[in-house]
Amino acid sequence: MAEDFVNLLADLKEQEVLALAQKRLDSGEDPIKILDDSRAAMAIVGKRFADGEYFLPELVFSGELLKQVSEMVKPYLKQAVETKKLAKIVIGTVAGDIHDIGLNIVDFMLDVNGFDVTNLGVDVPVEKFIEAVKETKAPIVGLSGFLTPAFDAMKETVEALDKAGLRKDIKVMIGGGQMDDEVKKYAKADAYGKDAMAAVALAKGWIGAK
Amino acid sequence: MEENWAELSPDEKREERFKRWLSPPGITFSSPQAEKGYKERVTRFIKAFQLKEPDRVPCILPASNYAAYYAGMDLRTVMYDYDKLAEAWLKFLHDFKDDLDTYIPPALVPPGKALEAVDYKLYKWPGHGISGDTTSYQCAEAEYMKADEYDALIRDPSDFWLRTYLPRIFGVFQAFPQLPPWTSFEEIAIQSFVPFGLPEVQAGFKALLEAGTESLKWFAAVGAVAGEAAAAGIPGIMSGFAKAPFDTLGDTLRGTRGIMMDIFQRPDKVHEAMDKIALLAITSAINAANASAAPIVMMPLHKGADGFMSDKQYETFYWPTFKQVIMALVDEGILPLLFAEGSYNTRFEYIKELPKGATAWWFDQTDMARAKNELGDRICIMGNVPTSLMVTGTPQEVREHCRKLIEACGKGGGYILSGGAQIDKGPAENMRAMMAAAKEYGLYK
Repeated sequence: MAEDFVNLLADLKEQEVLALAQKRLDSGEDPIKILDDSRAAMAIVGKRFADGEYFLPELVFSGELLKQVSEMVKPYLKQAVETKKLAKIVIGTVAGDIHDIGLNIVDFMLDVNGFDVTNLGVDVPVEKFIEAVKETKAPIVGLSGFLTPAFDAMKETVEALDKAGLRKDIKVMIGGGQMDDEVKKYAKADAYGKDAMAAVALAKGWIGAK
Repeated sequence: MEENWAELSPDEKREERFKRWLSPPGITFSSPQAEKGYKERVTRFIKAFQLKEPDRVPCILPASNYAAYYAGMDLRTVMYDYDKLAEAWLKFLHDFKDDLDTYIPPALVPPGKALEAVDYKLYKWPGHGISGDTTSYQCAEAEYMKADEYDALIRDPSDFWLRTYLPRIFGVFQAFPQLPPWTSFEEIAIQSFVPFGLPEVQAGFKALLEAGTESLKWFAAVGAVAGEAAAAGIPGIMSGFAKAPFDTLGDTLRGTRGIMMDIFQRPDKVHEAMDKIALLAITSAINAANASAAPIVMMPLHKGADGFMSDKQYETFYWPTFKQVIMALVDEGILPLLFAEGSYNTRFEYIKELPKGATAWWFDQTDMARAKNELGDRICIMGNVPTSLMVTGTPQEVREHCRKLIEACGKGGGYILSGGAQIDKGPAENMRAMMAAAKEYGLYK
């Protein structure tokens, strides 16, 4: 049943996966197991996305299915679930830019690959990045931006992290729309990633995970 | 239009429109040299579009809100002060006159007060939702159309716009859902006027009138600038905009998340809605082209880019109505200019379905050498000078990049040197270096 569930969710079979989740809950199975299976299914979705088999529609829809399953499971949970994560990462779209499609894909891919992601959303002022890095002690920061105004905002964000004395302890990656290696140099970031898979590879490389 | 317009083939219609672009009615040139310059510039573009060799590679400088910052102002200032708007754009025009093949008047800088008058929510702009020093306005994507509203849109788009969609993006139309459909007016109006007496409904109409009055002031300023550029012999290149129906539905109605879900949960409705939207897009684009000298309609493309959807999804959901819009314009002799943001490397096979010389493709980060190689005998290609280089690079680097692009794409004509996207701020020397590269490396002998 567990294997079916993982495959049904990874294959985005809405009706079937929800019916099976209900059946498992009704049978008194440990709800944590359903969440574990959901996580396994999301890892498959992430892999299919990385392999070019899945695209944005599948990511969005799988996220929706996960949300529905989680909501079904929630009333059965006795305590909050804690999972072991690889490392913390703070991400956000820099000040003056309100685009988040790419940001949310990166969030999803980092999450399914085992990172503990703090997503600050869009139009994030530098102070908020500093605060989040201090609070989470995340060793990695991801800056997202779509338009050209983000060039300066990224530069200012990295400078502010430096001024706050945090720069030496963190790696900074940038990505999105008009970003590239030129902007990386300009903003004094550590790396530019062209897509969400690159973000995962960079993050894993920096923390020494495989 | 010609009397026998309906009998002309699409190619003949395009030729007729090109002729009109070359000798536009209503322009008085400031001098015979200006007129000569105008014809030279327009010819340069037309030949590139026709996949023939012009005198040299044409160039479009990637300046969007650039003139504002070049003049020491900012976007917020010129959105609210139309004299300053004109002043900034004219300064750029005069200073860059010798470096311009075409000129984009400030028609893309919307009047801030008109937007405020209707409490516009679809976009954020400097000082209004985003910080005052931001150099661009941006779409605030949301689910402005709900998943269960497809039938209403499909049944009667105008009614859906007026009473459901617009009230969500114009704050002042908040009371408009209380209006009856306009088609329900009684034969002899008895009660039909009643809702229009409601103070909150009247407030919406008053605000709309105010936005109209404000926009006319703005329009006069923009028109004066455009007129001066044309009189000086520098042509405009775009007459209007259209979008792929999937983008219209996904960008500003259902939102990215919404439409991606709909692909799975209500695919038939998505198709029906796109069929309706395609017809609306076609009508409005043809009207725009008819009202303007340049027979070119720009289509900014979003959700069909590489990585957004699979080939199968593109073929099923994006391409059919997109192609329908393109071909309806082509059939009218209008040249659609497809601006493919991001990259479009996986979509070449679809582009090959389009007739030769009938469209131009403006590529942001697509592989240009491959595009030239595989598509160069079919479409004019443009773009690919990175915005990052224009903003952060040196003039030498810009020149060198442009030289390589011209080498890769210029052979035999059919290439227009232009940015991957546009910039708002950056060294003027880089703009000059770009045009210098077109003049130095882009000559056809």
